[in-house]
Amino acid sequence: MVDKDLHSHHISAQFNAELDDVKTRMLEMGGLVERQVADSVNAVMNSDGGLAESVLKGDMRINNMEVAIDEECALILARRHPAASDLRLVLAITRALHDLERMGDEATKIAEHAIRLIDHGEMPRCVVEIRHLGNHVCMMVRDSLDCFARLDVEQALRVAQEDKAVDLEYATAMRTLVTYMMEDARSISAVLNIMWSLRSLERVGDHARNIAEHVVYLVKGQDVRHVGLTELEARIHDGR
Amino acid sequence: MSDAPPVKSHAINIAQLGRAQTHRSLDAEQMCLSVQNLDLFYGQKQALYNVCMEIPRQRVTAFIGPSGCGKSTLLRCFNRMNDLVDDCRIDGSILLDNANIYDRAVDVASLRRRVGMVFQKPNPFPKTIYENVAYGLRIQGVNKKRILDEVVERSLRSAALWDEVKDRLHDNALGMSGGQQQRLVIARTIAVEPEVVLLDEPASALDPISTLKIEELIYELKSKYTLIIVTHNMQQAARVSDYTAFMYMGKLIEFDSTDRLFTNPVQRQTEDYITGRYG
Repeated sequence: MVDKDLHSHHISAQFNAELDDVKTRMLEMGGLVERQVADSVNAVMNSDGGLAESVLKGDMRINNMEVAIDEECALILARRHPAASDLRLVLAITRALHDLERMGDEATKIAEHAIRLIDHGEMPRCVVEIRHLGNHVCMMVRDSLDCFARLDVEQALRVAQEDKAVDLEYATAMRTLVTYMMEDARSISAVLNIMWSLRSLERVGDHARNIAEHVVYLVKGQDVRHVGLTELEARIHDGR
Repeated sequence: MSDAPPVKSHAINIAQLGRAQTHRSLDAEQMCLSVQNLDLFYGQKQALYNVCMEIPRQRVTAFIGPSGCGKSTLLRCFNRMNDLVDDCRIDGSILLDNANIYDRAVDVASLRRRVGMVFQKPNPFPKTIYENVAYGLRIQGVNKKRILDEVVERSLRSAALWDEVKDRLHDNALGMSGGQQQRLVIARTIAVEPEVVLLDEPASALDPISTLKIEELIYELKSKYTLIIVTHNMQQAARVSDYTAFMYMGKLIEFDSTDRLFTNPVQRQTEDYITGRYG
């Protein structure tokens, strides 16, 4: 079990600083990714081509951050041989970096769809579906980073539960979009762009859940990837 | 703190987890040594407090902990080396194959033949390499050259030293390097076919390459012997051992599979020690 001040109090102050630094930079990258996702959703909603372009440009920065922080983690492994919770912190960070980078990729896909929708001209009615799912997923991303910062497994559990809700919302939106396409065949190409954007948002939700699972690994030492919600809850509330 | 029940094993938690079956579990092991309620006093000072643990057969068990925590003291209990210390008193028992080694009837010399020991500093006798290894058999009365030749070769091979010394078996052992001397001492220890080999900081006086050779040797030896190693080098404990015991101020704090202890220890004190924090 892990305390909130866990990753400090090493005899080596330098080691404290290194662990603190990778964690802070990972969360900073998380903040950028969160903004990228929100911006890409807004670009679709508001037909804002400029915003979509800035999302596309911003992805490079996220990719660079992933490489740099990952390298720093590799150096910590090589130099410090971390054990127990320190080892789990470094592993959880490298795993979270991967998820954040993928979220960034999904944001660029949404931005690309926004540009195509703008080129297409008239915005389909179903764009409203994007707003609901977008808000929901952005909240999940924020919460997953928040629970990482606070080492809060209860919040991690709530993120995992939200992912289930997002999946349901996504399925409902899909059905609605199919009816739009059936009503008006000319809208199919535009609606498809909305569909793919929704698909990307749903994937972002999955990555947020992954980050929540990394938090459970970090705090409880239990690998909860690929387990159901009931099992996840049981593991989190296990006495260890 | 001193009233706390002795820590035996947390292997049960592993079984409960179900998914973590890749970890070794003490429950599934055959036990070689059993320490029962062991208290040890040097004069008035108590050095070990109610230690209870089971050492599995043909596995490597590491003892880690800060200086003065009692790990070497506990190690020396297994072949009654503490008998040589004045005013050392021991309560409790240690069972080797279900027989108490502290029983009055036990012959200490034969116990030490069954439980060999290797020290921090290599201590070969000022004799030839051959005679060092043959020494244990000679004092047992074995003098047939054919048998001695066979045992010397087999022991040196087991200690991964044969190829390096086969052409100079009759040179003085003190002319060898530190790493070679330590492996020679291990060869001398296993020449008498012990059941248990105790290693007290066997590699701390050696360079990194010799250290790796000793670690490799420990890995090879566990197919035949039960090994117990005391080490200050936690990475070494993590590399070579199957089980690790963490001791602090004369108490056994945590004893678990090495995989588990180094990734997710139960006790806060263990966590603080292995991650290098203030206790």
